[in-house]
Amino acid sequence: MQIYLPIAEVSVNAFMLLGLGGLVGILSGMFGVGGGFLITPLLFFVGIPPAVAVATSTNQIVASSVSGVLAHFKRKTVDLKMGVVLLAGGLVGTVAGVQVFSALARLGQVDLLVQLCYVLFLGVIGTLMLAESLRAARRARRPAAPAPAPRKARGWMQKLPLKMRFRTSGLYISVIPPVLVGGFVGLLAAIMGVGGGFVMVPAMIYLLGMPTKVVVGTSLFQIIFVAGAATVMHATANYSVDMVLALLLILGGVIGAQVGTRIGVKMKAENLRILLALMVLLVCGRLALDLVLTPAELYSLADARVAP
Amino acid sequence: MRRARLRCLALALAAAALALSSPAPAGAETVVAGLSQEEISITTNFDGSEILIFGAVRREAPPPGSDPLEVIVTVQGPSRPVTVRRKDRRFGIWVNTDASEIDLAPTFYAVSTSGPLAEVLTQTEDLRHRVSVPRAIRAVGTGISDQESFTEALIRIRSDSSAYQLNESAVRVRQQTLFDTAVRLPSNLTEGAYRTRIFLTRGGEVVDVHEQEIPVRKVGLERIIYTLAHQRPLVYGLLSLAIAVCAGWLASALFRYIRS
Repeated sequence: MQIYLPIAEVSVNAFMLLGLGGLVGILSGMFGVGGGFLITPLLFFVGIPPAVAVATSTNQIVASSVSGVLAHFKRKTVDLKMGVVLLAGGLVGTVAGVQVFSALARLGQVDLLVQLCYVLFLGVIGTLMLAESLRAARRARRPAAPAPAPRKARGWMQKLPLKMRFRTSGLYISVIPPVLVGGFVGLLAAIMGVGGGFVMVPAMIYLLGMPTKVVVGTSLFQIIFVAGAATVMHATANYSVDMVLALLLILGGVIGAQVGTRIGVKMKAENLRILLALMVLLVCGRLALDLVLTPAELYSLADARVAP
Repeated sequence: MRRARLRCLALALAAAALALSSPAPAGAETVVAGLSQEEISITTNFDGSEILIFGAVRREAPPPGSDPLEVIVTVQGPSRPVTVRRKDRRFGIWVNTDASEIDLAPTFYAVSTSGPLAEVLTQTEDLRHRVSVPRAIRAVGTGISDQESFTEALIRIRSDSSAYQLNESAVRVRQQTLFDTAVRLPSNLTEGAYRTRIFLTRGGEVVDVHEQEIPVRKVGLERIIYTLAHQRPLVYGLLSLAIAVCAGWLASALFRYIRS
């Protein structure tokens, strides 16, 4: 069934979009990631204009994060105070990100920036995750091996001013690092059309030292607001949010997420992480290849809507 | 489609009857033409469209000269400025380096002819009436030495996506009097007035021109969403957000209910 998208101004198959949303939903349910890093490149691939793809996936991320965070509220695994601090940084980062996006769109370099961001972040995160999960899988096979030494407290972070107590996370740290992390993720969210969970989660564990059980819930909590702000800003600045497209992706996504969660429960955590890492690296490799290989068409036409 | 063709033929015959009954200037040939659609509506299930263009030639005297009658039909969408960018290899990766601004290029342009374009239209007439695709694009010097290659790239890219079409021998001419053709419009149309021109030529010279416009616009839900997004962007953004939040909440509530 073909459906005409009013903002993207293209006609696409509605079932294909539902399937796309469903596929990403399954993956996000299995791995506990938002899936923005997959849905944006997939939308480019089916012919949605890049500006619309980036803006609309931020809207889809809101829906999947709301759906996810409710379960975490039930389990009391959301650090609201930390979420608000991260959010304060996140909103500043999002505003800056939308500005950077518009400025580079005028220069014709926005595709390059988005691609470079994807290659860099997916490459680094994927490699780290793969190495870590392979180590964990090996440890699981030889239970005699000693557990890794506990991390040393970050000396320089203890010296920063503006300390605050985060009860749910059991932390007493300065607000400066979380604000910076939030800001950085907000910047990425606006430029890449992703929630940023794949950067936020490792940063919270390794940089801020938060306990793993509250990390995903807190990250989802703040992503709702950052992605929500990005949606409204893209809608007002670029008129590029497509409601119909978002609705189809959301519909497929929420169903897929429930299916994915069940699959995820049945699989071993380490194997799940290895799979996710491989998938991240696959997307990264595909995008890197596009940058390096000689393109079939050297010329491109600019989207009139992004023009100044 | 078959019914549309039949209807088209019937209308062409009616046009011919009209042409025969009303007097025309002595020795001149003029076009009487019609379109299968008054306007094109973009609805939720819009997947491109096809317009049938048909008509007849009205003449007083018998067909002059030995040159056969030829017909050229052009359909042109609204024109917009376009930026064409070219990639080049920098530090091992492909980066947009040069750009050229093309002042006005039609978002859609189709030329259908009754024979090879070079034979049915002379260069001079093409320049005067801006018939062929390269003539329909206006590019003013931008200081780039090879402007040509940017314009060519624009035509190449748009031709690949069927936004620019040259359909030679797609117009059927019968008995030197009746003609008809069908032009396929893709689904990614820009809204606006689509200008249809019909040229009659003999020996490459334009004998008569007929012009008509077909409005293309979004209707119904498509119209409402598009208008809201552009006129009340804040309301639209907040509404999108509300839908997403509700959908997320509903989904988790629904699945909790199913599971319990």
